Amino acid sequence: MSIMGFEVEVQRQTAGGLVTEDMTLSMGPQHPSTHGVLRFVVRADGEVMREAMPDIGYLHRSIEKISEKVGYHGFLPYTDRVDYVAAMFCNHGWAVACEQLAGIEVPKRGEYCRVIADEMCRIHSHLVSVGTMAMDLGAFTPFLHAVREREKLNDLFEELCGARLTFHYMRIGGVGWDLPPDFGDKLTAFLDFFEPMLEEYDQLISFNKIFTERLAGVAAITREEAIDFNLVGPNLRGSGVAYDVRRNEPYSVYPELEFDLPVGRGEVGMVGDCFDRYIVRMREMRQSCRILRQCIKQIPGGPVIAKGVPRNFKPPAGDTYCRLESARGDMGWYVVSDGTSFPYRCKIRTGSFAGISMIQKLSRNLMIADLVAVIASLDLVAPEIDR
Amino acid sequence: MAHVEATTIHAGLRERFGDAIGELVGQGSNANCTITPEALVGACEWLKTEATLRFDCLSNLSAVDYPKQTAIQVVYHFYSYTHFHNFVLKVNAHRDDPRVPTISHLWSHAEWQEREAYDLLGVVFLGHPDMRRILMPEDWPGHPLRKDFVEPEEYHGIATSRESLLKV
Repeated sequence: MSIMGFEVEVQRQTAGGLVTEDMTLSMGPQHPSTHGVLRFVVRADGEVMREAMPDIGYLHRSIEKISEKVGYHGFLPYTDRVDYVAAMFCNHGWAVACEQLAGIEVPKRGEYCRVIADEMCRIHSHLVSVGTMAMDLGAFTPFLHAVREREKLNDLFEELCGARLTFHYMRIGGVGWDLPPDFGDKLTAFLDFFEPMLEEYDQLISFNKIFTERLAGVAAITREEAIDFNLVGPNLRGSGVAYDVRRNEPYSVYPELEFDLPVGRGEVGMVGDCFDRYIVRMREMRQSCRILRQCIKQIPGGPVIAKGVPRNFKPPAGDTYCRLESARGDMGWYVVSDGTSFPYRCKIRTGSFAGISMIQKLSRNLMIADLVAVIASLDLVAPEIDR
Repeated sequence: MAHVEATTIHAGLRERFGDAIGELVGQGSNANCTITPEALVGACEWLKTEATLRFDCLSNLSAVDYPKQTAIQVVYHFYSYTHFHNFVLKVNAHRDDPRVPTISHLWSHAEWQEREAYDLLGVVFLGHPDMRRILMPEDWPGHPLRKDFVEPEEYHGIATSRESLLKV
């Protein structure tokens, strides 16, 4: 039997004279827990899944093809749409790839502006992640709290670059605008407000028994599996691998900043389960606050964008692969230049793509209701999968 | 836990696979060399299992179309979470019938990345367990990231372009 391109074998079992048949369900493409347009073909025996096969591509906007048509500067606003929940990192990745191709050095203040924007964006994205995760599991209040805090960040972003979601803040060679006046004070005020809020989240959900029971021991990923499937970022660290591009392959001004890497320790279940991936994100927000406070203190004066980046940007022929730590982990940009003013090829390797490829394996013998927890814990963002 | 330089890795590959390995080009983390499709799987096995290298992660797999050289190049970015070093291999396949052996039995991540390369550039990975389209619809004509791809006028009655709204 074939269901929308998926070959599904109907399996019959005979137990004590009763014949049972596997049930095949289509979950999505419009489903509240899929965080975008995403579909799963679920083969289940009662409430237990035999497997869930992901079907992606509903949000494919051919961004890689567009890059070949619009030029290097022109592609920057498109990168916002690669992952619109954490757009700043996509901006940053493209800018860094172009700078590597052309050998441009970004002024120190520009790098600090980038890190400030990145870390704000990381909190911004993790708030959506943990908020929707709680909502998917049936707790609506934490989501509203998360969105309330995120709104304050949105206001700060609006002051910074005029946009609240698709920022287009970075430029090749630096950032578009310097920090607005009093931005440091406003950001400090936000951090003073936000850090106690994290404690409140912990009281509300992190160590709430109903919440932890739903996540503990569900879909544990071992260290080896995580690396084999190329899981990155919080998903990788949830499996106990203390790896972060910011720490291990430092870029920008991260070597000057102090922060810890939270890793999953199996506090309520086993290492690498859904709870570990969740708690890593909660703790990362604290680290981001720490980085932001240091940045506000250390940011030097000077220009924010390199001088002499030509409008008709033509990097010499060659290719480069640059990586940076986005909210969903190690994001890779493979860019090929042929010396003209249009990129020859751009390939974007994203964390969600790796995450979803693992679901078929993870879903075996889980309850259908747990699939929702798995999707949320991997922090899958559909536009980033499909690009 | 020792970082191995690209030149050492390249020399090791040369020693084992001889002429199948091209010259080392590029600097630092972009250092790469070409390899023939025939030698690819053996080289990958060596890169993965050799204790001093232990490339336990396929970080990225991209394919690039070069119509002038009548080639499609598949680019593999390997990374080692044991030793924190990386290496890049490039495989050239003929553009008219690009066939490259799969490495999805070595790194699970390759399975989906190879499907993407098949979908967008038409590279067939021999021995792949599930060589289907992944992003585009099943019945989409051609492979969109090829340089000579012409966008169809319509897809199931849905126009793919429209007249400019600014035109009066």
